[in-house]
Amino acid sequence: MSLSRRTLLGTAAAAATTVPLIGRARAQAGQTIKIGVLNDQSGPYRDTGGITSVLCSKLAVQEFAAKGFNVEVISADHQNKPDVGASIARQWFDRDGVDMILDVPNSGVALAVASVAKEKNKLHVNVGAASADLTGKSCAPSVISWCYDTVMLAKSTGGAIVKAGGDSWFFITADYAFGHRLQDDTSEIVTKSGGKVAGSVAYPFPGTTDFSSFLLQAQSSGAKVLGLANAGADTVNSIKQAKEFGISMKVAAMLMFITDVNALGLDVAQGLNLTESFYWDLNDRTRAFTKRVVKVSPDNWPNMIHAGCYSGTLHFLKAVTDMGVAEAKKSGTAIAERMKKMPTEDDAFGAGRIREDGRGIFKSYLFEVKKPSESKAKWDYYKTVATTPAEEAWRPLNEGGCYYVKS
Amino acid sequence: MMMIFGYPAPLMFGQLLLGLINGAFYALLSLGLAVIFGMLNIVNFAHGALFMLGAFVAWGMLYYLGINYWWALLLAPIVVGAFGVVLEKLLISRLYKLDHVYGLLLTFGLALIIEGLARNEFGSSGMPYAIPRQLQGAVNLGFMFLPIYRGWVVVAAAVMCLATWLVIEKTSLGATLRAATENAPLVQAFGVNVPRMITLTYAGGAALAAFAGVLAAPIYSVNPNMGANFIIVVFAVVVIGGMGSILGSVVTGFGLGVIEGMTKVFYPQGSATVIFVVMVIVLLARPAGLFGKSA
Repeated sequence: MSLSRRTLLGTAAAAATTVPLIGRARAQAGQTIKIGVLNDQSGPYRDTGGITSVLCSKLAVQEFAAKGFNVEVISADHQNKPDVGASIARQWFDRDGVDMILDVPNSGVALAVASVAKEKNKLHVNVGAASADLTGKSCAPSVISWCYDTVMLAKSTGGAIVKAGGDSWFFITADYAFGHRLQDDTSEIVTKSGGKVAGSVAYPFPGTTDFSSFLLQAQSSGAKVLGLANAGADTVNSIKQAKEFGISMKVAAMLMFITDVNALGLDVAQGLNLTESFYWDLNDRTRAFTKRVVKVSPDNWPNMIHAGCYSGTLHFLKAVTDMGVAEAKKSGTAIAERMKKMPTEDDAFGAGRIREDGRGIFKSYLFEVKKPSESKAKWDYYKTVATTPAEEAWRPLNEGGCYYVKS
Repeated sequence: MMMIFGYPAPLMFGQLLLGLINGAFYALLSLGLAVIFGMLNIVNFAHGALFMLGAFVAWGMLYYLGINYWWALLLAPIVVGAFGVVLEKLLISRLYKLDHVYGLLLTFGLALIIEGLARNEFGSSGMPYAIPRQLQGAVNLGFMFLPIYRGWVVVAAAVMCLATWLVIEKTSLGATLRAATENAPLVQAFGVNVPRMITLTYAGGAALAAFAGVLAAPIYSVNPNMGANFIIVVFAVVVIGGMGSILGSVVTGFGLGVIEGMTKVFYPQGSATVIFVVMVIVLLARPAGLFGKSA
């Protein structure tokens, strides 16, 4: 037997660290604005962002039809690894002349990319990552967080569940920046509203598929509410298995997208409360926008991240037009400041604005997932339970701790 | 309430049982790997992808053809086994004379291609697959609520492991197979068609992976990454058990499931790492693995 165990393990280790594939950027022309969409295109967050985010950004470019300059959209897969994300960001800014990095789900990767953007004075419009630290203690003058964050989710979903009597919580938390942020922000809302946190368990991310063990620990804590501080396929598996093991607690999926509801099926998902700042069936404008997206992405309907990539791209191009390409290319902070001065307006979110700490300010919606009998068509999944006005949905400006905001 | 290490006893019993359930998957998957490695000397990195294919074939049968779980449990392994025949005949059989690293690279590449194609076609959120009606519900064991389906998984996996072991160790077919591994030309001289036997062994290993995939479909979402999550752990199981040892992979599979389950209570953050810690310790103490023969 000539195969040594050393060869096997060595090759396995080498195989596990595959080299990232980066979309080749063409040589830059003088009057070209380049947008780089950086997200998970092969892992657990592929459907919540992924290629549909890229398509939505391209849709915005196409509809904006810039005059006087070209716009190019490139994309890459960060594989949920902060080091991979940061090195792609460096290469894009330094070598490929990218002017704005868009999306970047996974708070761990997002914080790494944001610090590169800050160092290089380049613009990063974050849509996919949830951590409210992006506009709080890790804020940067050239970083904007578009349409959701952990505090907004905690206030809407968490607040509603405590109000309905769910006053003791146990958290199952993804063990990385995002999970801990979401757990802390939700705990704060729970305690402020008079509830208490009975305990929590952090599981390794990524790579955990079986949650039954954590679910039993949650059950034995005696808490009334099971808080899921995770996302994507992990949330789907947790909910599925909670049902399987007859967990009698109220499940609070703190971050859940319509794409996850689709994966769960209404049989399992019915009755869950969740928060998004966009839903395709809110009004005529959102329906019209969705129709345009579905033409290019028929199997994956837009969630708030996809809509945010559209909206963020559109607003960025408006600001570039307003200040001129040459000025826009010079400084990420300058273009971010211009974006903050101009009100946002588009089909997906209606009217909104960007606050001085980089926080996008939009309405947030608390939804309940429909029963199978209430759903008339595929993707007809939500009932609106409550709408939080834009000015109340987010963490107040003076509580974030962003260093450059003068209070 | 009775306490074990400061934790309520019911919780600990529950975790023990859950560990066995997860161990059932490890055992089934590492069994297929051990059979393929023991007989073909091929390190089958495509095993996780075959597991995933099993789940997808079951999902496809239900979704497109209305074939239920029980038939899928029989048919999906046959379909994936047939696919294994094609892989072995077309590609893998060309590598037997080369260094093992080539086989490893080939199967790893195949895994990337199969998983990539599935991701492209089905996305990564996964497809819902319901638990069959006969196995829905749960029994209250006093210390925990056991979903009937999970109990079924342990039983089905244990029976399948035992059957495979019996075929290889106790039947004349198994004896010929083992003889062919030791000295293929000699066995061929007795009129046995050795290449065909090897093809069927690979197909059998693939079918075992697919069987595990169908068992897993109702528990985890049917999703293109489901095999990739398992495969590295399963390789660790095979190495700890002793490469190529059938009994070793089964015992180690169940055992490590339990160790992992316990870690989820005492130090959840370490539950993904604990198996590799065990692997390091075993390799230091017994380089050939727990049940392996030293070379």
